Amino acid sequence: MIPIIHLLAFCGGFIIMSFELLGGRILAPYFGSGVYVWGSIITIFMLSLAIGYLLGGRLSVKNPSPRKFAGIFAISAIFLYPMVLYAQPVMEFIFLQIEDPRYGSLTAAAFLFMLPTIILGMISPYSVRLLVDNVEESGKVAGALYFTSTLGSAIGTLVTSFYLVLWFEVNTIITILTLILLSIGLIAWFLAPDQLTASKKTENDDSLDD
Amino acid sequence: MSQLEIRSAHKQASRFSHKPVKSLWTVLAALLVTCIAPSVTGASKTVIHEERSLYTSILVQQQRDLLCLNFTLKRADSSQSCMDVKNPKRMVFAYTRMVMSGLLFTPNPKNIMIVGLGGGTLPVALNEILPEAKIQTVEIDPAVIGVAKRFFNFTESANNKIIQQDARVFAKRAALQKQQFDLIILDAFNGDYIPEHLMTQEFLTEVQSLLTPGGVLVANTFASSDLYAHESNTYKEVFGKFINLRGRDSGNRIVIVPQGSISAAQRAPISRDSLLAQADILAPVLAPYAIPIKRLAKDILKSINAPADWDQDKRTLTDQYSPANLLKN
Repeated sequence: MIPIIHLLAFCGGFIIMSFELLGGRILAPYFGSGVYVWGSIITIFMLSLAIGYLLGGRLSVKNPSPRKFAGIFAISAIFLYPMVLYAQPVMEFIFLQIEDPRYGSLTAAAFLFMLPTIILGMISPYSVRLLVDNVEESGKVAGALYFTSTLGSAIGTLVTSFYLVLWFEVNTIITILTLILLSIGLIAWFLAPDQLTASKKTENDDSLDD
Repeated sequence: MSQLEIRSAHKQASRFSHKPVKSLWTVLAALLVTCIAPSVTGASKTVIHEERSLYTSILVQQQRDLLCLNFTLKRADSSQSCMDVKNPKRMVFAYTRMVMSGLLFTPNPKNIMIVGLGGGTLPVALNEILPEAKIQTVEIDPAVIGVAKRFFNFTESANNKIIQQDARVFAKRAALQKQQFDLIILDAFNGDYIPEHLMTQEFLTEVQSLLTPGGVLVANTFASSDLYAHESNTYKEVFGKFINLRGRDSGNRIVIVPQGSISAAQRAPISRDSLLAQADILAPVLAPYAIPIKRLAKDILKSINAPADWDQDKRTLTDQYSPANLLKN
């Protein structure tokens, strides 16, 4: 259970940063590759992750289960994949509406990257909830999860910018990321029994009562 | 100059590196030498201006009569643009002289678009030669614009405008406004970083749509590394045929596409006689710029039927696949 959750958090981190890097590629044909384009992308990713952390934390309060956790991955995959189909018409539309490439790129980044990134942001707090057994260990567990997910982000950044863009088209990479999300979602669904967390939950409730 | 000194200083430092304490002092001494040395021996190259912009490091330096603009501190030798202070018209670089041969195919362009300002060599010369032509130069970096105006005699006028914008955005907007150009010059990369979205099939197609029926595209492109093949195949994909003009004594390659807006099959064949006649007419006009237009015309004629000298299996660059900076190495 523990290594699997860490693996899932690692993949989540990997995909977030891989996606962010591709964001620059996706926006460049319409808004250029100026500093402001990266400013827009980073702003939207940070904002989305912030919202995702909040929502993920909220979601973890009531009946946390690996199946719901698996659902987060599935939903993020569902929001991520349309990038392949609709990025171009969405950018085309925004390009025609907004003349200033700064606000154009910010709007496009919001429309294209926000939803999937919010969902991806929910992974971290939810993994913490699944792994925390007691209050004393909560900081340690959270620290270890930040470690794996941020390590995943670092490796996702490196692998994407050094190799993936050299081997594959942007849309191929996004399809790969979607498939990774779906398959690790399946792992979460089948390999992690619900009862495990259910028992944990009661333990936690007991300790809180003390 | 100073780079060599740094290197030799490092070499000396490593030679004495068996004793750690001594080696520390040697390194410090070497650092001191490298700090002082340029000011002692740098009489030949004087730094006029240094600036770090959002996109690059700008270095303006003078060596005897040459005032040069560099976009990198790493390779201090690779200048972006140079001006002969005693004879500002003379085009110092082979590639700018080669770019000017585009005029052979459109002797009197009314609207000109240039991507990449540099020291402003091309827009200044074209504005002098064709005062009636409307020139729009697209440059993303405001610091480069400032330096061109301050040090390289660039003055904006109604017919010689600079647009501070990403060229991709400019091209898309220009296409929407149905702008057309008789001459488009692409000169958008410096040694260090290539704007990857300005190398793709989609960008070239957008540029193609901006050409008038007789319009000419001239592009300064990569002549070495894998990028030469990838870029050549991309031009081939968009324009079918193009003139692949390689520098005689420089590592430059200029792509010229006359009548670039129409398909290769429909273009009028290039007539040897009219090209040489055009070169004769242009020769006196271009002489002050040291452009050997007659020689260039002959080189162009030779290159028209030359077989492709690159790997034609290399992938074309697209918005989906454009790792130009990785392919350069």
